[in-house]
Amino acid sequence: MNDINAYSRRVFIRQGALLASFAATMPHFIQQSAFGMLAPDGSVLGSRPGVPDERILVVVQLSGGNDGLNTVIPYGQAEYHNARPVISIGEPGKPKNGGAALELDQANGIGLHPNLTGFKELHDSGKLCVVAGVGYPNPNRSHFASMDIWQSGRPEGKGTGWIGRYVDASCNGNPAADMAVVVGRTAPLAMTGTKSTPIAFESADLFRWLGADKNGAMDKEYQAMVRAGSLPGVEPGSQESFLMRTALDAQLTSDRIRAAVSKKPLVAYPGSTLAKQLQTVAAMIRDGMKTRVYYVSMGGFDTHANQSGGHANLMRQLGDAILAFQKDLAAQGNEGRVMTMCFSEFGRRVRQNASNGTDHGTAGPMFLIGAGVQPGLQGKYPSLTDLDGGDLKFTTDFRGVYQEILGKWMKAETQSVLGGEYAAPGLVRG
Amino acid sequence: MQNSPAIPADLRALGVGTPTARVTPLFDTAAARHLLNRAAFGGTQAQVDALVAMGLDHAVDLLVNFETQPSKTVNSDDFDRNLMPPLSREERDKLNAARRAREEAEVERLERKENQAKANDRRQLVDLKKWWIARMIESARPLEEKMTLFWHGHFATGARTIEDSWHMFQQNQLFRTYATGNFGTLVLNVIRDPAMIKYLDNDKSRKGRPNENLARELLELFILGEGSGYTEEDIKAGARALTGYTFEDDEFEYRDGNHDAGPKIIFGKEGNWTGDEFARLALAKTECSEFIASKLYRYFVNDTPAADLPAEQRDAREAFIRALATELRTQQYEIKPVLAKLFRSAHFYHACNRAATIKSPAQLIVQTVRQYGTPPRQLSALAGACDLMGQDLFQPPNVKGWDGGRAWINTSTLFVRQNVAVYLLTGKRPDVYDWENDETRFDPIPLLSGATTPDVVADRLISMSLAAPPHPERRAALVSFLTSQAHMEASEHSRTIAALALVTALPEYQLA
Repeated sequence: MNDINAYSRRVFIRQGALLASFAATMPHFIQQSAFGMLAPDGSVLGSRPGVPDERILVVVQLSGGNDGLNTVIPYGQAEYHNARPVISIGEPGKPKNGGAALELDQANGIGLHPNLTGFKELHDSGKLCVVAGVGYPNPNRSHFASMDIWQSGRPEGKGTGWIGRYVDASCNGNPAADMAVVVGRTAPLAMTGTKSTPIAFESADLFRWLGADKNGAMDKEYQAMVRAGSLPGVEPGSQESFLMRTALDAQLTSDRIRAAVSKKPLVAYPGSTLAKQLQTVAAMIRDGMKTRVYYVSMGGFDTHANQSGGHANLMRQLGDAILAFQKDLAAQGNEGRVMTMCFSEFGRRVRQNASNGTDHGTAGPMFLIGAGVQPGLQGKYPSLTDLDGGDLKFTTDFRGVYQEILGKWMKAETQSVLGGEYAAPGLVRG
Repeated sequence: MQNSPAIPADLRALGVGTPTARVTPLFDTAAARHLLNRAAFGGTQAQVDALVAMGLDHAVDLLVNFETQPSKTVNSDDFDRNLMPPLSREERDKLNAARRAREEAEVERLERKENQAKANDRRQLVDLKKWWIARMIESARPLEEKMTLFWHGHFATGARTIEDSWHMFQQNQLFRTYATGNFGTLVLNVIRDPAMIKYLDNDKSRKGRPNENLARELLELFILGEGSGYTEEDIKAGARALTGYTFEDDEFEYRDGNHDAGPKIIFGKEGNWTGDEFARLALAKTECSEFIASKLYRYFVNDTPAADLPAEQRDAREAFIRALATELRTQQYEIKPVLAKLFRSAHFYHACNRAATIKSPAQLIVQTVRQYGTPPRQLSALAGACDLMGQDLFQPPNVKGWDGGRAWINTSTLFVRQNVAVYLLTGKRPDVYDWENDETRFDPIPLLSGATTPDVVADRLISMSLAAPPHPERRAALVSFLTSQAHMEASEHSRTIAALALVTALPEYQLA
């Protein structure tokens, strides 16, 4: 996407000199989004009929290995309570160890963690899909290794990320620079492609040059410097020109994001870090950014000891943040465009450990949230009696979930991104 | 200046077919700075002046024959080799048995032991990153560190997979030992390196069940280049040749019982090839010299994409890389004499190769410290910044290493690059920003060598900071800033820092 000459040539051929003459002073992404909107006959369209340009995916990563059994709770099974005498949660209406599950699937005796009231509300309005028993063959119990497997979408956990490959292939292989945005310190592997790197920032206020805080005179000179883009006389294909244009891109992206985030949200958000991240994402969606995939994450799920209180707090933060986000999207009128996906690198062992916590396990639940999901509990809840060395056997391959999202929600070709076909229950309404 | 000899004619031979005719073959200040940026991590004006005074040959000698320079010794107790005692086979069996029997207390005890070791090891990995950055900043042998970084990117292995910081340290020392040594010998050491063996699964490869990972990457990424001079059959045969190459604890171990000693056909030649012979057969191919030459070229001379070069420059580049490849073969893959020749060639100093590489994150940090003499600030913050800019040391993104060049630069990394310079100049981290409380004060006044008028100050700051003279508008902007009202009211210390912050924020500052 940084191949300026090749790009200019293509634009020139497709649209004549009109657009190409601006090439030197235009930032990359404006050119590229203009290019993305060119119809095959060369006419410029706002959007292409039948192609859902506007659909958005928000990924929420739960780092540390969320205890799936205490998140989506098989309260109806004695094995669950026997394996977790101190930390198991009671059936709806009958609190145990301080909590009673919220009803999810009465027929099968499965409920939500008592603090997932946000998810319960979304469930009751048909906007929550719970995918049971998601995992992969030969599970790896290392946080990093398993996270790399989930993020790359490949058993060896190496190479590019599954979203990165999706972005690489978008816009006829010319992905726009703002296709993928991470609200976080670094770009996760999942979002990294061969051609594409996401925009990543921890806080919008720090997504800018900070030297200007020194004095106003500096800001004026700095702005003039970067906004000039590629200066007249600088060879268009040179490193210098490339850097000048990227600096202009960065400044315009920063302007855009900071302007978007400065607006007061339409609903109140809780104070958690996840809520703040999602509030930032909602602001960018509201502002009409062309971004198709946003990525946020939340840590603290590695609950080896005395987990009940800590895990309950995490459940509260997760459910409340996502509920607020969903309400914000609805208030914006964007609810129909956005799907949110929550995952963790693994679930935890069935039995509690000697410290009233749980150790690294295997399969766990995933959550999809939005108006486009197939609501309710989907897939088969793993057996608590047919275990593999004390761990759950997965029933849905996570790549099947990716396939549903990419294929049915994002309307993308999935074979090249995932390198195969995977079985999955229906999770997205066609 | 009178000591600046012309670039010798015989060395210009390397630049045959290149646009050398137009270069002024003088080893002047700009040329010396270019050499110092590329063969080292840049330097102060005084260092540049010293190089000019000693002339091209001695300057190159000083940088390339770095054994004459002192080296900070690595103490064997700098790092703990036993932080990661893997669970013994016995313990591993116990753990599996405990899992099956659902003895949670035992599972927990063993997992806790493992997790504690992993946590300690991750801490040591951070120490290792800090140690290396400090070494790059302090070393009197900058080319040694720069080539160590080159090999780390070339033979890429990730700490996250290896889960043993001592092995990463061991590998880093290997790259340092062979920094400018013999490439062939380095390859033979790399296939014996525990970190590499683990990273590419050769410890799981044995007779009858060969794992192709190491053999494939040896041909594709380490010796020949993707799709260059080998077939899938060569990989399969190579994988068999490499069976038995494994490690025990911290050392290489050859297990004859696991080695497939049967006949194999590699590059059309039949024999009972061993792993060493497989590597040697690959090293003997011309493609190897071309591959290594083009990687060295991109690292040291120019990383502009070929498609963006004017045709005559593209031809000159290709001709030069061919000459460099020939030189590699002539020198039997001794890297040092090849680099010495490269740094003396007219092509290297040609105008089209000045300011033509994009600084790696490590280069950006280290060069900023070395050329201005800023305090190094907190090394952990610098290691973190390196990661934010896309170069997490000891954790390249994949076995291909860092793409480098323009791949370093995007809308996110560019701000981090500008802000890390602000941090080095002011000591203020972005998240705890406070301009007025500079704890370790950096005194930039000596950099000005007594200059006070805006024009002279601007010229000085530009020449010490940028790899090539910038567009006239840049100088005009800097002069205008230096003469602005708000600026004149500030102290000399404050306004010099501000001017440096502005210069380091220029897109052109990213070029070396």
